Amino acid sequence: MSVLSVRDLNVTYRTKGGDVPAVRGVSFDIEKGRVLGLAGESGCGKSTIAGAILRLHSAQTKIEGQILLDGQDVLALSPGKLRAARWTGASIVFQGALHALNPVQRIGQQIAEAIQVHGMAGEREAFVRAGNLIEQVGLPGRRIDDYPHELSGGQKQRVMIAMALACNPSMVIADEPTTALDVMVQAQVLKLLRSLQHDLGLAMLFITHDLSVLVEVSDDLAIMYAGKIVEEGPAEHVFHSPVHPYTKALAAAFPEIGDMRFRGRPSGLGGDPPDPQHVPSGCPFHPRCAEVTDACPTIDPQLWRAGEARLAACVHAQGAPTIEGVGA
Amino acid sequence: MSDAVDETPLVNYDVPVVEIDDLEVNFAGRVGLIAGLRGKKAADAKAVDGVTLTLHEGEVLALAGESGCGKTTAARAMMGLLVPDRGQIRFRGQPLASSAKGLQPYRRQVQMVFQDPTASLNPRQTVYEIVAEGLRIHSIHEGPDGESEEQLVARALSRAGLRPPERFYLLYPHELSGGQRQRVVIAGALALDPTVIVADEPVSNLDASVRGEILSLLMKLRRELKISILIVTHDLGLAWTVADRVAVMYLGRIVEIGPAEEVLQRPRHPYTRALLNVVPEAGGVERPILAGEPPDPTRIPPGCRFHPRCPVVSSGRAAELGIEAKCKGEDLPLMNGAEGHDAACWLLPLNQAP
Amino acid sequence: MTTTEPTLTEAPIVPPEKLTPRRVKWLRRRRALSRFWSSYRSSTMGMVGLFILGFFVLMAIYSALGFGGTTNPIETLDNPTKAPPSREFPMGTDTNGVSVLNLVIAGSKTSLLVGLVASVISMVVGTLIGMAAGYRGGWIDAGLMRFTDAFIVIPWLALAIVLAALLGQNLWIIIMIIGFTSWPGTARLVRAQVLSVKERMFVERSRALGGANNHVVMKHVLPNVMPVIFANTILTIAIAILSESALSFLGLGDPLNITWGTIIEQAFSKGAITIGAWWWLIFPSACIVLVVLAATMIGFAFDEIVNPRIRER
Repeated sequence: MSVLSVRDLNVTYRTKGGDVPAVRGVSFDIEKGRVLGLAGESGCGKSTIAGAILRLHSAQTKIEGQILLDGQDVLALSPGKLRAARWTGASIVFQGALHALNPVQRIGQQIAEAIQVHGMAGEREAFVRAGNLIEQVGLPGRRIDDYPHELSGGQKQRVMIAMALACNPSMVIADEPTTALDVMVQAQVLKLLRSLQHDLGLAMLFITHDLSVLVEVSDDLAIMYAGKIVEEGPAEHVFHSPVHPYTKALAAAFPEIGDMRFRGRPSGLGGDPPDPQHVPSGCPFHPRCAEVTDACPTIDPQLWRAGEARLAACVHAQGAPTIEGVGA
Repeated sequence: MSDAVDETPLVNYDVPVVEIDDLEVNFAGRVGLIAGLRGKKAADAKAVDGVTLTLHEGEVLALAGESGCGKTTAARAMMGLLVPDRGQIRFRGQPLASSAKGLQPYRRQVQMVFQDPTASLNPRQTVYEIVAEGLRIHSIHEGPDGESEEQLVARALSRAGLRPPERFYLLYPHELSGGQRQRVVIAGALALDPTVIVADEPVSNLDASVRGEILSLLMKLRRELKISILIVTHDLGLAWTVADRVAVMYLGRIVEIGPAEEVLQRPRHPYTRALLNVVPEAGGVERPILAGEPPDPTRIPPGCRFHPRCPVVSSGRAAELGIEAKCKGEDLPLMNGAEGHDAACWLLPLNQAP
Repeated sequence: MTTTEPTLTEAPIVPPEKLTPRRVKWLRRRRALSRFWSSYRSSTMGMVGLFILGFFVLMAIYSALGFGGTTNPIETLDNPTKAPPSREFPMGTDTNGVSVLNLVIAGSKTSLLVGLVASVISMVVGTLIGMAAGYRGGWIDAGLMRFTDAFIVIPWLALAIVLAALLGQNLWIIIMIIGFTSWPGTARLVRAQVLSVKERMFVERSRALGGANNHVVMKHVLPNVMPVIFANTILTIAIAILSESALSFLGLGDPLNITWGTIIEQAFSKGAITIGAWWWLIFPSACIVLVVLAATMIGFAFDEIVNPRIRER
């Protein structure tokens, strides 16, 4: 059974300037012990999904669909049950731990707080557990009495990870966890995440714009564009043999050193990621697409089969129905 | 595009445009009043500690390293935005003036593109005024062929890929996308017809799919306008894509420099090797990763400043090769290697790879 | 090279021949103003405040033009004295038979004038000092800030009393006193704003382009600090009017000029409370309260619009 099962998720923000459909019909599953990478650029809706799973959005935000976490529909839970599910069912590692840690509280206390709030242990025991968690993430146990400003960026991120594990969740959502870090520290944190995920058998949703990082860390990969998933499949295959033109362009933006095809030839897309309030008609990617056909502005592509265990929302996918105007 | 057909070399290595000579920039340490009275001295941070670098005509040079290595400080010193504590910067052989007024003509020749395109633009100015600002500062009311200010602005915007330029004149920065904002910054730099552009992480704040366009633009400017470019970046993949030469910095010094294809494929310094190991790519996370964090610029280790984290030392290989004592005790300069590929490592003279 | 389209085109497209630097500046200002006005219009609080203040400004202009009835006691010998509000005298009369309404209208001119001029002085002095301190930093900053602190410490009322005793009770003296003792607040505000703007990347860019200090301050720092200064000035006007009333009430005001404060002072010293002539006190007081309220509301509305965090999304 999947730890997380999302079906037809729609998230619409209500703003002064009108409704903003950030997520438009997204479905995916994450099994126990598997890592799903969610990639995309600004405005694609990936961070919105993270917030939706734990229902962290404001009351005005319209959320439709089904989010089954450990079998329970998060969107239908009462406030009490929701609070209980948060952090014990799934927890989040945020981007920029700079802002996610309370600067006037010692880190041990912050971790223990999570444990105590969920009634999992008394104060003393909570602190002991906090100490263990700190060591599990690679910091010396005595750092438990430190304040956040005494830690470096990488160390703070490790504390965030420790906090996320405090209540033994079945799933961890990592939202751009390494974006603000140096490459070396990023590698350390990624290695830590991967090993913890493996040892504890966690399910993980890893959200980032950095496609190359996802290929390292995820088992499966889903690419998002304009609020929808446009391609999904096993991580390595999606990265190395992309089907959707957007995936091809995104993958090309992370060239491999030593690959002479990219030497002196930066690869990029014209135009910009679309504004969620003004999504182009038909396939939202068509204005920027290198393989656009006449039919594209009018068709609403679905995730069609595009190979073994591969799906792509493009007319060029193998399993796409034959449409007039599209070449063979 | 006719890269293959054009035979003239892009880089003229005989003509140095900007030379940095033994540059040192310190940031004064701060000590509280009471501690100062008790005799505690502030530790100065040697942000740049002896950097010598030459940018040639038409060259794209990547200055790479992690945060705190001093690359941004070196770039700002090159711009004349910082006063160095020691060393000299020369433009076409002439040392830079020290007064603000004396630096004015230099400022026309060397322009900067910043990391955050949104923060680089005054939210109250229109695109036209942003691009025209440089011209107005230098009192350039007409171009060399009698062009009006408006024509110069239009040309700069066009060269930066914003066409038709008139559409953008009265827009504000917040009405543009990230990529367009960076193009406006570049247009502002181009308006002055510079010889050199210093780009500090020019694409790291942009969406991945947009980066290629901006990088292509920079390469086009190099090719068509013969502008030399210094790119400060932490992304070695970017260096692979656009750079002719790469200089890797660590704790205020250049530890390796050479042609990009050499440095990035056959590194001679263990730090470069370590950086290349962690560039994410399909291959899993099982490669060796350096432990610890980038060290404190106020406490520079003795001997080779990288030795505490160096895998060659920690694995015992340095001891086997008989250089361990030198690594830990002797401070070393950049040593000359073959074909302009230099490294500050005792392995180099032994012809050993890290 | 691919052409990139701007995402929004509310801006007018100007044919290149007609474009001069001055025209661009003018077009930009016009556009910024109309944008500001449409934001301001949507704030109820701001509009109410503007309406109230507008009303009193009109009253002041009316009075300045010579209308507003007589306040000369000699001319009102036939009026009933100490009369409560009636149809003939909507705000009642004082002990000399002068209509309180006439007094209020006459007072509006001077009260608002004092408020305006004193706060302009305060704004100018405060801005100059705050900018110098914030931009230069170092010794200049430290010195100027200690100087500012000294001024904050001076008991404003005691100073006013001493100066009035020394220099006499003159309207301009009052204005000077208020202006020169309320600038420290503005100075601190301006300095804080300058410190934050100074570090912004677009200021560094301007320097990289070759801009001298003068250019950077005038073109980048000042325009980004001005909105905050304006919002603060509106509030300072309110405080200045209040201060003037307080000084007048204490008898330090200019006896030759009618202000709302002097009306209250007269009422008090002529025993309005004992004789029960509430109208003589309430109406001028209400005016002061309304103007201060209006200025505060405008200040709030302004602040909301001008706050950089909301502005630059």
